[in-house]
Amino acid sequence: MATLNINGKVHEVVVEADTPLLWVIREQVGLTGTKYGCGVAQCGACSVHINGEVQRSCVMPVSAVGANDRIVTIEGLSANASHPVQQAWAALDVPQCGYCQSGQIMAAAALLRKKPNPTDGEIDEAMTNICRCGTYQRIRAAVHMAAGNKVAAAGKAQTATPGGGS
Amino acid sequence: MTTASGKKPASPSRRRFIVGSATVAGGGLALGLPLPFAIDLGTGPVRAATPAVDGVEVTAWVVIKPDDRCVIRIARSEMGQGTMTGLAQLVVEELECDWAKVSTEFPTPGESLARKRAWGEFGTGGSRGIRTSQEYVRKGGAAARMMLLQATADEWKVPVAELTVANGVITHAASKRTTSYGKVAAAAAKLPAPDPASIKLKDPKDWKIAGKSMKRLDTAIKLDGSLVYAIDVKLPGMRCAAIKSCPVFGGKLVSFDESKIASRPGSPKAVKVDDATVAVVADTWWRAKTALEGLPVVWDEGSGVSQSSATIAAHLKEGLTAPVAYGMRQEGDALKAIASAAKRVEAVYSTPFLAHATMEPMNCTAKITPERAEVWVATQNGEASLATLSEASGLPLEKCEVYKHILGGGFGRRGGAQDYVRQAVDIAKQFPGVPIKMIWSREEDMTHDFYRPISQCRAEAGLDENGKLVGLHVRVSGQSINAFLNQAAAKDGKDDRQLQGYYAAPGDAQLGYSVPNLLIEYAMRNTHVPVGPWRGVNTNQNGLYMECFIDEVARAAGADPVAFRRTLMQNHPKHLGVLNAVAAKADWGKPLPAGVHRGVAQFMGYGSYSAAVAEVSVNDKGKLKVHRMVLGVNCGHAVNPDQIAAQVEGSVAYGLSATFYGECTVEKGRIAETNFHTYEILRLKDMPKIETVVVPTNDFWGGVGEPTICVVAPAVLNAIASATGKPVRTLPLKHMQMV
Repeated sequence: MATLNINGKVHEVVVEADTPLLWVIREQVGLTGTKYGCGVAQCGACSVHINGEVQRSCVMPVSAVGANDRIVTIEGLSANASHPVQQAWAALDVPQCGYCQSGQIMAAAALLRKKPNPTDGEIDEAMTNICRCGTYQRIRAAVHMAAGNKVAAAGKAQTATPGGGS
Repeated sequence: MTTASGKKPASPSRRRFIVGSATVAGGGLALGLPLPFAIDLGTGPVRAATPAVDGVEVTAWVVIKPDDRCVIRIARSEMGQGTMTGLAQLVVEELECDWAKVSTEFPTPGESLARKRAWGEFGTGGSRGIRTSQEYVRKGGAAARMMLLQATADEWKVPVAELTVANGVITHAASKRTTSYGKVAAAAAKLPAPDPASIKLKDPKDWKIAGKSMKRLDTAIKLDGSLVYAIDVKLPGMRCAAIKSCPVFGGKLVSFDESKIASRPGSPKAVKVDDATVAVVADTWWRAKTALEGLPVVWDEGSGVSQSSATIAAHLKEGLTAPVAYGMRQEGDALKAIASAAKRVEAVYSTPFLAHATMEPMNCTAKITPERAEVWVATQNGEASLATLSEASGLPLEKCEVYKHILGGGFGRRGGAQDYVRQAVDIAKQFPGVPIKMIWSREEDMTHDFYRPISQCRAEAGLDENGKLVGLHVRVSGQSINAFLNQAAAKDGKDDRQLQGYYAAPGDAQLGYSVPNLLIEYAMRNTHVPVGPWRGVNTNQNGLYMECFIDEVARAAGADPVAFRRTLMQNHPKHLGVLNAVAAKADWGKPLPAGVHRGVAQFMGYGSYSAAVAEVSVNDKGKLKVHRMVLGVNCGHAVNPDQIAAQVEGSVAYGLSATFYGECTVEKGRIAETNFHTYEILRLKDMPKIETVVVPTNDFWGGVGEPTICVVAPAVLNAIASATGKPVRTLPLKHMQMV
């Protein structure tokens, strides 16, 4: 049994304590925008925000997350994909297959919260998620574009939006 | 899509074709689906039997809704390569509807079969999505436009020639009347479709939607988590399966002990899937996976366990000098010309097995009842999935259906090899009526791929006293994809596909050089490791061998690599055109910052011409940095230049991953790399700046998804050789501690 606050909504789930948060989000809560890619925190497809920090949920046991921790998934990042990162991703047609992009977007949103105008070096350091389609050039450009769009609003979006139900 | 109309497939005595090759150990699967005699534009009673929901099907490709929204049917798969948007552009260009009101949908393979393959080919590989369907999809759009105009002319009792249309609005200027597609679609759908032969398509120079960098139609759903990939499918009563195959290729499942997992949560049940595979089914995938990890399994690993990367390398090396090989091109007498040349150059190259590593691991959801078999799947070939479903379920094709999802990566893994569909069906058959979602772990995905085949190459050349190339001999020794998946195409070791890119014939994968004495050979050396097409297939290895060797020959001749190539390319103006475009964009020959060096490569595959220039530096610790790459491609007609650039950018990342890190090693008969920590993928920090030069000559239709990968590695390796003075002949670079 665990109590989780996901996208501003409280979920009571019956699950083994060592179940990774990723699979609780996908299978018990039913939000599938967060992806399984490797299961060993290598690829970042499972990235979510916990209290504003980007985390790889595939290696985080659900027992490590408390009822007061605020989890935000891609579904709860903004209403109507209005987060500056999502808008920049749309403007530059960043995704190809799209499978990794939930994680990429969550990583970029967390980066911009901390560093509203990141340098290329800071983007290199923060954006370590794998994209097999190779959209990296556009990801870099889109992070810069989102930074130009004054991403201060990103902080608000972290908690403002109720996500999908269970 | 609507459900199948119940029409039976045409007589099997018609021409047959092989759909897919499902898989295990090279067994081909020929189910004999009928080929259409002509693409059905959706006329007559068949159409009437399958009305589109909430809209009117005007032709098989076009559904129009009352509010003027247009749904374009896309038969080919979308896996990131943008084909869905490109095909929609081509249909809409002829249809003349409002692009802002366009959406797409996938017709189902079962429906297509019931309608005599109304949508033609579903297979999406070999960079064929647009080039092999562009004509009939454009005609599908044009036919719909003609019918919509005719219906309007009939209603207004005016000659159809007096009507004009733009953005789905039809105008009769003389009477100042207008109407829209949504209003006349129902009447248009009742008209007979025009004879496809009579449809005149636009001259591409008049295109307004096609040929332009329209935004992708599938971006929004990839930004908010709303796109349902196959791995995200949820069905009522669904259970989930985790799977494990014998780690050694060719090994067998002996036994497993289900009692050891019986008390675990999620009511796990262990089942045999096939001779080499066991699965655990539980209420969630995580519970199934953890139960599977606790399941005692006994394997018979078989004879493959004696194999290793070292034994395989020795096997291939023997092929480099073996007395017998298949000589695909024997022009003049290369061996004699080289032996008597003023200067001789020789080099041996090698490239490893590679995994596809799609970000979405293999998965498939299957529901099987005695009356019906269905799968929800990411597939590059919906008809191959359908054929596999029918064979594995034992139900006839007309009782089977495939629901295609956008793929989380394909790269060749989800095409002919429908192993994961077969497995899901084999599990679901044991739970009649219960939907089973089977997901492979990343570890299973990486160790049970159909790998890019391993190969080696020995190349030798002769130069005369003026540095002119007088003889070239290239022998590739390695594993054959056809021998594994399509044995008829590799009879007696004569497998042209393994020499892809070295062909004499124009149009597909022609070698861009003319050499007076030329010998191109292939020595087939197969292994127990399953192999298959991997984005770019054999152009990748063969492009590396040829282009690195030509650089070595140019160096021996004391010539500039671009100038040397130009002397060999005078009979190949399209190859040369792309090389020149890239050389110009990259300022070839002009000074670079200290420590930065250039390398060049050009090659052809999938009907398109590619070239690349890489700028690299190697620091005092021997570490490589790729700063910038200029890529050029001539794909004939450029349907969406921005998406072509996206594919080129992606191909650089795919090619650099292979160049830097990519290697699947064989230890005790199994693949040693199990996840991204040992099978590394290029990350953002190592992505060079890419500049793409699209130079379409507008006189042919070439592919886009694959052709540019093959020039990535050789351009980088040639730049490294320029920087260090030492040629690199073996991949990946991680073994040289360069990355």
